Amino acid sequence: MQKVIEASGIAKNFGNTQALRGISFDVNEGEIFGFIGPDGAGKTTLFRIITTLYLPDEGSMTVLGVDCVKGYRKLRENIGYMPGRFSLYMDLSVEENLRFYASVFGTTIEENYELIKDIYSHIEPFKTRLAGQLSGGMKQKLALSCALIHKPRLLVLDEPTTGVDAVSRTEFWEMLGKLKAHNITVVVSTPYMDEATKCDRVALIQEGQILSVNPPEVLKDSFTRKLFYVKASDKYNLLKILRSFPLTISAYPFGDSIHTTFSKDNPLGDLNEYLLSKGINDFSISEGRAGIEDRFLELMGTESIHYQ
Amino acid sequence: MTGNTVISVRNLVKKFGNFVANDNLNFNVFEGEIFGFLGANGAGKTTTIRILSGLSKPTSGTVMVAGFDAKKQAEEIKKNIGYMCQRFSLYDDLTVKENIMLYGGIYGMKKKTIQDRTTALLEQLNFGQYSDSMISSLPLGLKQKLAFSVAILHEPRIVFLDEPTGGVDPVTRRQFWEMIYEATARGITVFVTTHYMDEAEYCDRVSIMSEGRIVALDTPEELRKQYNAGSIEEVFIKIARPSRNVEGGLE
Repeated sequence: MQKVIEASGIAKNFGNTQALRGISFDVNEGEIFGFIGPDGAGKTTLFRIITTLYLPDEGSMTVLGVDCVKGYRKLRENIGYMPGRFSLYMDLSVEENLRFYASVFGTTIEENYELIKDIYSHIEPFKTRLAGQLSGGMKQKLALSCALIHKPRLLVLDEPTTGVDAVSRTEFWEMLGKLKAHNITVVVSTPYMDEATKCDRVALIQEGQILSVNPPEVLKDSFTRKLFYVKASDKYNLLKILRSFPLTISAYPFGDSIHTTFSKDNPLGDLNEYLLSKGINDFSISEGRAGIEDRFLELMGTESIHYQ
Repeated sequence: MTGNTVISVRNLVKKFGNFVANDNLNFNVFEGEIFGFLGANGAGKTTTIRILSGLSKPTSGTVMVAGFDAKKQAEEIKKNIGYMCQRFSLYDDLTVKENIMLYGGIYGMKKKTIQDRTTALLEQLNFGQYSDSMISSLPLGLKQKLAFSVAILHEPRIVFLDEPTGGVDPVTRRQFWEMIYEATARGITVFVTTHYMDEAEYCDRVSIMSEGRIVALDTPEELRKQYNAGSIEEVFIKIARPSRNVEGGLE
């Protein structure tokens, strides 16, 4: 399979801050490759190197077969980039924004309309509205249309779904899936762990380093311990009590249950007794499957139950 | 939770020209509860929060917050609430200590009280080493924890949190929620919006807004039952999906 990105030992510093500490990875043609990690992990810096906006301090990177330092002019014609914050002109209308991006790349909306039709049709009824007056979900669709209008071979999306509601996020991922039919490779970052499941492969990134690169299913299966879901009506109290249980290794709230791991394979007898002794009577315990976020928390190495 | 009502909203309507951002809202928030205020982008949440925090006046209806009328006593409301949003809550070019002093001053707290609270706060947050750091140099997670502490520095009756955890890492997100639990244990009412649906499960009650109206309001457990869903995320998608035709909604 052809490689769209080959990165080796990429490092970037800003003053004393090591934003990237020697990152290596490959992206295959036509895949959706996700970078999952918290704010400050280095995702944006990395994306600016991929898009030739920053030069790496160390290491080398080839994008679409071209060196991203020497070949930056050629690369820019073939990359679509949707930055995290600003990519739209708020005082231009929806259509003016799109037309502007098309003209910058020497093309027209009409020429590549097929490619953006699915996405743009959602906002086309509002094409005379100023971009500044769109809701979050619509801005995101317009920004994606603008990033695609010159028919790039690689699409780089920096946190496209941050601050966007759960419904719009679902729709957005459906749209990305459809780009595969056009053989467009997508590199995307997100702080939402659940979105990792929509990628073909996922790199977990933290403090400028890649913790692992895997398909999402493999990532889930690499959780090392037995995971238990513990529930009770007073969640905060339950959490504090679980942390004080001597066999507990980690205890994290996840929605309506607390995901807990123990130093013993079968802790149930001891745990039952302990919870009852602490006055919790309405609890339930079941063994559950680990998700991406469980694995991420495990990899972050913050297994100390007293993580304050 | 005591059962005392701290926010009471009756027939709240807010219009911008012909656009109805809030369409006859009715709900109560009780003292000491964590009230989750969910909705799609453009559903009208920000409009409501601005009215509840005294920044904007209702077009019609009665809104009482901490015993004060949002139409006539906006300034009194502001003194009795705390507010934190995802951005702009702290001054980037002031240090941690300076930010705390500034907010204490704005809320009219006594100098001695501010100093005592500052010391206690820095210790509680394990922030000693950062007390003279510029806010701009802090990681987002620390900023958000500090912003929350500052928002409740004056022990308000209610604190409004508008997407407090957006983009924050999974560990810090959970620490943040523990701070929320601690605040409610002290009797502070928490009114919170989020796009992380798992966080909705941490709330005592959750409302879901769509097209300017509240279409669901109950405990997370009841909502899951009512909508025959495994999670609040499923409930949310079931409710908010059909409303896509108002995509043009203003934020």
